[in-house]
Amino acid sequence: MADSVTIRVDGREIRAGSDTTVAVALINAGVWTFRTSVTGEPRGPVCGMGVCFECRVAIDGVEHVRACMEPVRDGMEIDTGG
Amino acid sequence: MAEVFDVAVVGAGPAGVAAACRVAERGARVALVDEGFRPGGQIYRHREGRAPAAIGEWMARLARLKVDVIHRTAVHDALRLDGKFQLRAESVHLEARKIVLATGARELLLPFPGWTLPNVFSAGGLQALVKSGLEVAGKPVVIGGSGPLLLPVAATLAKAGAKVELVCEQARRASLARALPWLARSPRKLAEALSYQAAFGPSRYRTSTWISEAIGTDRLEAVVTNSARRVSCDFAGVSFGLVPNVELAVLLGCELRDGFVVVDRRQQSTVPGVFVAGEPCGIAGVDGALGQGLVAGDAACRDVTVTADVEAARGWYEYKPPPLLRSFALRHEVLELARADTVVCRCEDVRLSRFDPEWSAREAKLATRASMGPCQGRICGPALDAILGYGADCVRCPAKPATFESLLIPEDRK
Ligand SMILES: Cc1cc2nc3c(=O)[nH]c(=O)nc-3n(C[C@H](O)[C@H](O)[C@H](O)COP(=O)(O)OP(=O)(O)OC[C@H]3O[C@@H](n4cnc5c(N)ncnc54)[C@H](O)[C@@H]3O)c2cc1C
Ligand code: FES
Repeated sequence: MADSVTIRVDGREIRAGSDTTVAVALINAGVWTFRTSVTGEPRGPVCGMGVCFECRVAIDGVEHVRACMEPVRDGMEIDTGG
Repeated sequence: MAEVFDVAVVGAGPAGVAAACRVAERGARVALVDEGFRPGGQIYRHREGRAPAAIGEWMARLARLKVDVIHRTAVHDALRLDGKFQLRAESVHLEARKIVLATGARELLLPFPGWTLPNVFSAGGLQALVKSGLEVAGKPVVIGGSGPLLLPVAATLAKAGAKVELVCEQARRASLARALPWLARSPRKLAEALSYQAAFGPSRYRTSTWISEAIGTDRLEAVVTNSARRVSCDFAGVSFGLVPNVELAVLLGCELRDGFVVVDRRQQSTVPGVFVAGEPCGIAGVDGALGQGLVAGDAACRDVTVTADVEAARGWYEYKPPPLLRSFALRHEVLELARADTVVCRCEDVRLSRFDPEWSAREAKLATRASMGPCQGRICGPALDAILGYGADCVRCPAKPATFESLLIPEDRK
């Protein structure tokens, strides 16, 4: 990848294109479960446009950030609770 | 006190960008607010340097003009205050003399067994992710649901190198054929449809076909169609049409007809000073959205007469669904896919068996918490209306989740 950034997901380092979103970076790295639902089901992004809130993750300690609306930044720490 | 804009535009899709440009060209002070981190809306949601030429021109026009573009800001409430309008978002309260609502549409999702598995997306959602760099090359995907949107979505996937195994359209071939005379009169639309089909292979497009189940343990592994065909796939994109985002218009008291905001020739709603352009007043495609945006922009400026050429560019103002959309009317089979234990409200995991068909949307909300989660019923509301006929719930502030503090300041709703 020409322009890439490094982010950490649940402690694991992954590289991602610098012009993408957190949602895309995670799925490209094989992370499909972004959150666990109230009855314990794995869930990931659905609408890709900020409507469904299924892609919520914690980013740099801030809970419930929609990963599909968040551009990646070098050094980001992402926590899916998994 | 913060400055008062002449016009504030909500939504930076084609309609909102056109409106904001027009207002700025008339020399008025304009703010353009959008949730996303880049203007463009649904169709122009591209990464830097990959947008088609048409959007490039609009973005250049926007950049040249004096428009206060406010990104990453979701407006959760809109109200009238001392003869002005106030738009409330988490971080800012904006005041403006006139407002243009260009909030676009979202997709209609219907519950079916397995639809909550990771890697089952909405059709447009999958397309949006691919446009922002999701790697699909060589991977099998299935597109399903209904409507014209499935075609560009499948084409985007194919162009990104995905193996589009199947595009499932629930409508009958005969029903789609009824739109042919209309389509023949719009050669551009016809050419567009054919070029999309050519991109993913026309034989992949199946009418009277739907995904009856998505299968997998912790993520999607395969889908099963109504003819019991099992198709292995890594990703699926499924949606059944578009739902206009009318929440802010409703909060301001604008009248709706058939779910769309009623507007006059100048794109003004029934609330003076509130103009609406693009999908909230009818599903009209990108050209309609641009044209309506220009009219709304002109009309929102004081002392500006909307010229005939601008009005003509928009085409229509009294919304009637084009025959094309009627051809995609939903069949009862796809409204009955969810089983008793299928999750309908994804935020609160409320399953179908919990809902009493006799309820109204409000009763369902109080009894089950459905639509009380972070999406505020944007996904399950239209689904419950489609499958159980609950009707639209009354919209209440906030239209988007907001922290408690941002709702308290400064003066409250009068
Ligand atoms: C998911 C999806 C995919 C589509 N794909 C295609 C396609 O491939 N080809 C095609 O021809 N047509 C497509 N369409 C139709 C296309 O969107 C329309 O023809 C056209 O873009 C409508 O423009 P618009 O300006 O009305 O709305 P949009 O382009 O949807 O823009 C609305 C904007 O408003 C913003 N917004 C909404 N609510 C708020 C709020 N409360 N606060 C702040 N900002 C807000 C949104 O972030 C968005 O940027 C698609 C539609 C959808 C919903
Ligand atoms: S995927 Fe729906 S909000 Fe992010």
